[in-house]
Amino acid sequence: MLDSLALAVSVPLIGALLVTAVPGRVQGLGLLAALATLATVGLVTAEVWQQGSLRSDLGGWGAPLGISLAADGLSAALLAMAALVALAVSVYASGYFSRGETETHFWPLWLLLWAALNGLLLAADLFNLYVTLELLGLTAAALGALTGTRAAVEASLRYLLVGLLGSLAYLLGVALLYTAYGTLDMALLGAAVRPEPIAGSALVLMTAGLALKAALFPMHFWLPPAHANAPAPVSAALSALVVKAAFYLMLRLWLDVFAPLVTPWAAGLMGLLGALAVFWGSWRALRAERLKLMAAYSTVAQIGYLCLFLPVLTALPAGDAREDLLVALLLMALTHGFAKAGLFLAAGLVQRSAGHDRIDDLGGTAQHMPATTFSIGLAGIALIGLPPSGSFVGKWILMRSVIESGQWWWIPVILVGTLLAAAYVFRVLSRAFNLEPTPRRFVTQARTEVPALLLALTSAAVLGLAARPLWRLLGFEGGL
Amino acid sequence: MNLDQLLPAVIVLSSFLPGVFIFLLKEESHLLRGVLNMTGAIVKVLLVGVMIWGVFHGHVYETRLTLAPGLDLVLHADALAVLFATLSSVLWLVTTIYAIGYLEHSPNRSRFFGFFSLCVSATVGVALAGNLLTFVVFYEVLTLATYPLVAHRGTPDATRGGKIYLAYTMGGGALLLVGAVWLQALSGPSDFVHGGFLSGLHPDVWGQLVAIFFFLLAGLGVKAALVPLHGWLPQSMVAPAPVSALLHAVAVVKAGAFGIVRVVYDVYGVGFADALGLLTPLGILATITILYGSGMALTQDGLKKRLAYSTVSQVSYIALGASILGPIATIGGVVHLVHQGIMKITLFFCAGNYAETLGVHKVSQMDGVGRRMPWTTLAFSVGALGMIGIPPIAGFVSKWYLAMGAVEADAYWVLLILALSSLLNAGYFLPILYRAWFRPPPKRWPEEHIPAGRFETMGALLWPPLITAAFCLVAGLFAAAPFSPLEWATLIARREYGP
Repeated sequence: MLDSLALAVSVPLIGALLVTAVPGRVQGLGLLAALATLATVGLVTAEVWQQGSLRSDLGGWGAPLGISLAADGLSAALLAMAALVALAVSVYASGYFSRGETETHFWPLWLLLWAALNGLLLAADLFNLYVTLELLGLTAAALGALTGTRAAVEASLRYLLVGLLGSLAYLLGVALLYTAYGTLDMALLGAAVRPEPIAGSALVLMTAGLALKAALFPMHFWLPPAHANAPAPVSAALSALVVKAAFYLMLRLWLDVFAPLVTPWAAGLMGLLGALAVFWGSWRALRAERLKLMAAYSTVAQIGYLCLFLPVLTALPAGDAREDLLVALLLMALTHGFAKAGLFLAAGLVQRSAGHDRIDDLGGTAQHMPATTFSIGLAGIALIGLPPSGSFVGKWILMRSVIESGQWWWIPVILVGTLLAAAYVFRVLSRAFNLEPTPRRFVTQARTEVPALLLALTSAAVLGLAARPLWRLLGFEGGL
Repeated sequence: MNLDQLLPAVIVLSSFLPGVFIFLLKEESHLLRGVLNMTGAIVKVLLVGVMIWGVFHGHVYETRLTLAPGLDLVLHADALAVLFATLSSVLWLVTTIYAIGYLEHSPNRSRFFGFFSLCVSATVGVALAGNLLTFVVFYEVLTLATYPLVAHRGTPDATRGGKIYLAYTMGGGALLLVGAVWLQALSGPSDFVHGGFLSGLHPDVWGQLVAIFFFLLAGLGVKAALVPLHGWLPQSMVAPAPVSALLHAVAVVKAGAFGIVRVVYDVYGVGFADALGLLTPLGILATITILYGSGMALTQDGLKKRLAYSTVSQVSYIALGASILGPIATIGGVVHLVHQGIMKITLFFCAGNYAETLGVHKVSQMDGVGRRMPWTTLAFSVGALGMIGIPPIAGFVSKWYLAMGAVEADAYWVLLILALSSLLNAGYFLPILYRAWFRPPPKRWPEEHIPAGRFETMGALLWPPLITAAFCLVAGLFAAAPFSPLEWATLIARREYGP
């Protein structure tokens, strides 16, 4: 029997094979596969909504022998965000790439990346996670080098090597766990893990590997050049989704598998790294000369925000407050996904229209592209965390929990990060006002501008005002 | 969901939706844009009228949207909310007419009017906000909607003014956010309520409450232009005149002052705030601001800059009223919310008319403008005399109640401040009036854009200041009539101090 979890992974995979087999119709088939994937993801989300969590054993072989897929509220929400972002990226890509070699290379890799991402979010055991993580890293690096410029190839090669190093560290941790406990299924491991040196070493190794992949400060050095030099749709996917996948995995390990091992000190260290990431990423974003580089550094800062949640989550006892905080974390991650994708897509349009993306010289470009400027503005609102964006609600709950758990020292971090974000966003937006002649119409190329605008709008207005279903999706009180 | 639950949301959306459509319009669609603008403005005024009637008769209008557990977006129409909502929606209607005339030939009108509409939606949202979260949301949206208006012209000056504006308001917004979140962590989710909701908290956290008050005050004080947080206001004078009018009289500055009133009366409760010792520092800040603003206004030659410093000074009367414990002072402060609005918007309209018609930007160029533009100058004179506090203009009523309230509360130093400040007001307004009416006009005006025809300037520019000047007179002359600002302020004070 075909179940929705298997479909969510296999449909984009089949799509990838199809576009490889029929390179002549790559665009139509690619878009079709994107729509079909979105439909299967919708199915998974609907089932999680109704049943709470899903699990399926491929071929009837259950753990610890076979391959299992599982979905709960956390993975379903990320899956749905990824699917919506990926659909927008697909539509954008169909208008962005001119017909030719780049396009025929883009689609198979892109669908493969999507399949890997869905696989990662649905995998139920640590080894399958390794496989999907590796596949994700490989396709991402290949996509990043798509333009073929020297800078892009260099950055992507570094990305690839760093990714391999990260996966290796992760794999080493997996091997340690397997030796100690004889299983790799996350649910079984979660029950078996005890606070002992071997589990601790595994946690350190796996976290280090994933932090490298998630570009957590100070292991972020590879991200800005890789994300800034990729073609715009790829940058969007890398920054919004791929980095998020590594963070998701880290979160799973810390909250589910290794929960008994996590000490306040360890969580505090993650929070400290997060705080440094917020400062450093925001500062570099403010100093960045190019729009896409700014967006890339902003991702470093945003990953830092997500890490700030860890010490507070560890400090709170199980209950409503902790559940709210967990949803807030998810909400921040989702908002950043939509916002950063929208920002990169818009930046791509600016770059194509002006021929460059040097912020100081943008001047009239923004003026001629109202829809694109709006996208940057709306995505900016979400990145700063201004109302009514999802990150505003997320930040509010985070700050409230920070005060309630007595860890008030994170407040200045959040404030400074917010103000720096405002500074780098408005540094770009202030270029939109000048004495250039009036633009004639709001939208010039719907196929590329509308997806960017919709993504940004979702992050800035929809997620904040309609976040309540997330509580229900995660099975918490306070939902609809 | 019935109509009473929808009305507040509809009032906010009545300018938001036209704003969104205006963004999408082509630049050449003058007519459609004008129709959208005016429809939004008129519908809003009518709906607010319905709300006034309902609130007076005890209807409860409340829209509630739960964002997350404990985080409710609440729009609630109480008497104070309705006062501010009426002020902003009526003045918006007038300003829209003015802006359509003022920006007739300038570029980027779709962008301008789009943000203009968003700005008023945000202001009405601030007015109707039923708890601190909602207040913060709309307060920040207001910042976002006004920034493009300040930077609209795109000149290096405008860009700089916009940057300074943002730096101040974003910083203030962050502090306000901390205060609001901290308060929620202590008190749980609470709606605004007459007399406040904090006096029941354990005395152990009173120290924290004091700290929170200063966070909130710092956040609100930026927009209310309390010294030393006022620096953005004179800089943002680069904006087009209708924007200055809106910023000063209706939206931004007023949102800050309104927030202070809300925090004092409906979060802390004025009695509890007094018990915590918060009113004295607020009063001192307000006093310093009143005197400093007036003092600075004396030295400005730029007409709009002089008016800007006058705003710095005048808005603090509202804070001053809130800092005195007693119903009469409350009436004086709250009613000044309206009176300062109608007087200052008149003055800015007139300043815009001088600049747009004759190219007169400076006080020193104003010799004899009264002969060339008598009606505009008449309106200006009404506004200026009202600011000084000459009866029977609205400003006199505010100052009278503030003074009476001070006597009632035994705060005699306030009388001294009021007298000194009125003297300073006279010091910077009367020379303008003297020049305008009694000095001979120059042979040539700096840049005469609009020749004298049937009217002294375009009708769309002339009528708005005349209408608002008439408001100033009516609000003063008929202060005791039902539904006058004063009567409404009395209603608010009665509910705040009531049994």
